[in-house]
Amino acid sequence: MAWLVDFYRSPLAKKAVMAVTGVMLFGFVIGHMAGNAKMYLGAEVFNHYAEGLRTLGAPLLGHGQALWIARIGLLGAVLLHIWSAWQLTLLNRRARPTAYVRRDLINATYASRTMRWGGVIILLFVVYHLLHLTFGSVHPSFEQGNPYHNVVSGLQNPWVSAFYIVANLALAFHLYHGLWSMFQSLGWNHPSYKSARRIFASVFAVLVAAGNISFPLAVLAGIVK
Amino acid sequence: MKLTLNVWRQDGPGDSGRMVRYEMPDVNPDMSFLEMLDLLNEGLIEKGEEPVSFDHDCREGICGACGVMIDGRAHGPLPGTTTCQLHMRHYKDGDELTIEPWRSAAFPVVKDLVVDRAAFDRIIEAGGYVSVNTGSAPDANLTPVPKDVADNAFDAATCIGCGACVAQCPNGAAQLFTSAKVSHLGLLPQGQTERWRRVRHMVATMEDEAFGSCTNFTECEAACPKGISIDFIAQMNRDFVRARFRDPEADD
Amino acid sequence: MELDAKIPSGPIHEKWDRHRFDMKLVNPANKRKFDVIVVGSGLAGASASATLAELGYNVKCFCFQDSPRRAHSIAAQGGINAAKNYQNDGDSVFRLFYDTVKGGDFRSREANVHRLAQVSVNIIDQAVAQGVPFAREYSGLLDNRSFGGAQVSRTFYARGQTGQQLLLGAYQALARQIGTGKVRMFPRTEMLDIVVIDGQARGIITRDLVTGKLERHAGDAVVLATGGYSNVFYLSTNAKGCNVTAVWRAARRGALFANPCYTQIHPTCIPASGDYQSKLTLMSESLRNDGRIWVPQKPGDDRVAGQIPEGERDYYLERRYPAFGNLVPRDVASRNAKNMVDEKRGVGPTKIGVYLDFKDAIGRDGKNAIEARYGNLFEMYERITGEDPYSAPMRIYPAPHYTMGGLWVDYNLMTNIPGLYAIGEANFSDHGANRLGASALMQGLADGYFVLPYTIGDHLARHLGEGLVSTDDAAFQAAEEGVHRRTERLLGIDGSRTVDSFHRELGRLCWENCGMSRNRAGLEAAVARIPELKEEFENDVKVLGSAESFNQSLEKAGRLEDFFELAELMCYDALERRESCGGHFREEHQTEDGEALRDDENFQYVAAWEFKGQGETPTLHKEPLEFEYVKPSQRSYK
Repeated sequence: MAWLVDFYRSPLAKKAVMAVTGVMLFGFVIGHMAGNAKMYLGAEVFNHYAEGLRTLGAPLLGHGQALWIARIGLLGAVLLHIWSAWQLTLLNRRARPTAYVRRDLINATYASRTMRWGGVIILLFVVYHLLHLTFGSVHPSFEQGNPYHNVVSGLQNPWVSAFYIVANLALAFHLYHGLWSMFQSLGWNHPSYKSARRIFASVFAVLVAAGNISFPLAVLAGIVK
Repeated sequence: MKLTLNVWRQDGPGDSGRMVRYEMPDVNPDMSFLEMLDLLNEGLIEKGEEPVSFDHDCREGICGACGVMIDGRAHGPLPGTTTCQLHMRHYKDGDELTIEPWRSAAFPVVKDLVVDRAAFDRIIEAGGYVSVNTGSAPDANLTPVPKDVADNAFDAATCIGCGACVAQCPNGAAQLFTSAKVSHLGLLPQGQTERWRRVRHMVATMEDEAFGSCTNFTECEAACPKGISIDFIAQMNRDFVRARFRDPEADD
Repeated sequence: MELDAKIPSGPIHEKWDRHRFDMKLVNPANKRKFDVIVVGSGLAGASASATLAELGYNVKCFCFQDSPRRAHSIAAQGGINAAKNYQNDGDSVFRLFYDTVKGGDFRSREANVHRLAQVSVNIIDQAVAQGVPFAREYSGLLDNRSFGGAQVSRTFYARGQTGQQLLLGAYQALARQIGTGKVRMFPRTEMLDIVVIDGQARGIITRDLVTGKLERHAGDAVVLATGGYSNVFYLSTNAKGCNVTAVWRAARRGALFANPCYTQIHPTCIPASGDYQSKLTLMSESLRNDGRIWVPQKPGDDRVAGQIPEGERDYYLERRYPAFGNLVPRDVASRNAKNMVDEKRGVGPTKIGVYLDFKDAIGRDGKNAIEARYGNLFEMYERITGEDPYSAPMRIYPAPHYTMGGLWVDYNLMTNIPGLYAIGEANFSDHGANRLGASALMQGLADGYFVLPYTIGDHLARHLGEGLVSTDDAAFQAAEEGVHRRTERLLGIDGSRTVDSFHRELGRLCWENCGMSRNRAGLEAAVARIPELKEEFENDVKVLGSAESFNQSLEKAGRLEDFFELAELMCYDALERRESCGGHFREEHQTEDGEALRDDENFQYVAAWEFKGQGETPTLHKEPLEFEYVKPSQRSYK
């Protein structure tokens, strides 16, 4: 396994790690959004779904075990993703110690230029989101075992909803560049689907953002209550 | 036409450097950008000031010696154009231009607009070749190369090693340069024997130099005077990972 | 001085093989005891350095550019000849040999040219194995084209960038040896003198162009691969850095300079647009396949091309050479363009140019077909001139492009100074008075890959055990001091004119009197004027900065000083050669039709000049040329 550690020293390998962990996190984001969409089906279905997550893998796994495995996996992915990004960012800062007096970028998209700040916003949001709806420590009326209530009452606060919306816009930009970039970092550029990479990234960036932003909007509009 | 230039002047690697403003009262639109700098220098010498140093040689866009940042863009505003092939007719009377050297930790400034790009040579020395001694080659037509493969390899091989990719990249990364050679040789049958070793060694050397890392801004491709595609970067990334997983313990 | 070309005996096709057997060998274990200095890293220098290192010699390679990959070989567009006969169209080693001797207007050495044709086939094999991406057919096999009027398709090409791709191949081979440590590379380093001890070349003095430090390097042999001297004309298609300094420093140390007046002018270059012009750009000659060359019939016609009716145009090449028309050889096309300009029929804002018109070709084949054939060239033209060649005719004018002259070398490519070799464009040997298209790359690589690595062993084997001369030797010290004094002198002049202004003046003088056509009066005037101009330079040039730093003006000043002396010799040679041949056209010696008139009886020799010191008349040594296999004949293109 020493070679794997050695391999990870390479910035190119770190990019590959970012791509692979990015895919894992993307999978989570999609699943999370799909699951949350059940809130449109009412409190019972939603709470049943949430509880179902804990019994996932039964009877092979005990109560909540699958969820913890997923959580550990995701946490690992998040840490690797951030650590790689952090190290690469430091490397890139060192690579240009003197800034240009005048700078004019040609092709770089807004999304690609804001990956780092977007990532920070998403991270802050995730921390808040966990405190808010998983642990309930920053939720004014948290009810253990009643996620539907927690979501709806939480999002009825317009400030909280606004943060949700901003964070998901950041996520959309992050995905727009990240999903395309992932193909590049892993070297998946076969000519027959090369042009589809940008479409894939755009579609999913919009889909995830639209899905996630619909929840606070629906709560604020009173569609979900 | 009349132009104002802000030119980076730096006596040597130890000097911190500064922008100096020069008025150019009579620039001919048919001049090349470097001829405009020649004109500036002739005037400076006559006034007893040291001329601006800048690298240049063939002045027809193939040697890769020239290259400066013009208003924040490597080789200036035109796509697919080296600095020597940029002509002043693309500017208008009264324009003010900012001229800086490539800025990269891997390309230390030698003087004024001249930088040291030896890091590129070291990357090639690490494996950017086919190990065939003179005299040991088989007949040239013994190995047919499909035309599309040959054409693709050629697209990579057109790199002139000017360094615009590094200069333009917000991260100062050398992926486009390195991948161009990795792909040129990696695509051709002649380059297969050393394919995995080559990518490992060239990437390792690239990473040992003070270059940054690619974050897929695609600025390099846009600035490249030869229009080399970032597809080659993807190919290098793939080959690099494959090389490692094919033979995890290889350390040759 | 007796000039011995050391041409092996025997039938021409056996000479090289016999010679390879007769030469002494250095055994593999002894090769590492020898240090070889190679100056220049173009096709010849890079290929020689790499090959010598592969054989086991220790090589030091020097170039003034920041990387060996930038040498001017990189700018060659057209292609490289080789007698592969892949196209089955009747090519052979002998035919390539024959064409090259004839193309050189019977002023080259048969034995050298035959060897060149022989090894040409190996070059292609070598380059392909290195990964040089030559053009291919759909079969995957190599494509060829006919080039420069050759009647067989023997030119291998890589789009319009053959020189670049071949140089990168040689550069990669060199890089591999640098990686192994067998070659030590010295970029941004200029050779400023040769050290000759007891008549043998023993080392060089260099200047580190970044720090200004002078350095001494000892070697068992010194190889000069420093290219040609077209920049004596200031405006040429050569890179700005191309210079004669290394070669001229050798000449000052006693190496003979052969045929300096043989310079090649390329007919299809983009004309200069003004006095600030710093260099000229060549466009492939293939443009003449479809373009028609013309000028207005009446002198001083100021109308734009489109307003000049068909009846008032003079398609002068088609008129004068009905058989070949616009496809006459380079020298003929060039001279005729000059005549038109001299008759005040030149075109464009400067009136120094002729039209190359594609209107008929576009009308005949359609714009798309022309674009497919010449799209990149049209684009280049438009980029440089800002004019659209699809709607108005191109303007072209000849420009200095290649120099056939160079250091005199024997069959082994060794100069008359033992241990000093010259390869590639820096020597004189293979092209005679005129080089054929696609032959420069061939010669550079032949010398570097396949000739020098053998012949140098013959010399080294004879010096086994001698060891390197110490760089503390008095000769090294004296040479370094000489370089130092010269540098200080140039910096101390502190006159009023820039180096470039002198270079422009010298260039104009050479171009007018020793350019496309030459005559006695002009040459005599130039021979008288050049030393005066040099003196003005030495009294009035302004070189700022210091010797101990990166100083591009100082580099240029040193190079220009050498160009002055070379220019004078070039004019001497042109004056002395009272005949016309190849690139050398003496107006006094032409046929009634205005064609070059050779004088084989009196001038069938190599003119090898010995430099006798500044202000002294150089001494001419003659190496007679014999033609056993290709009998001299008159060229005709009517």
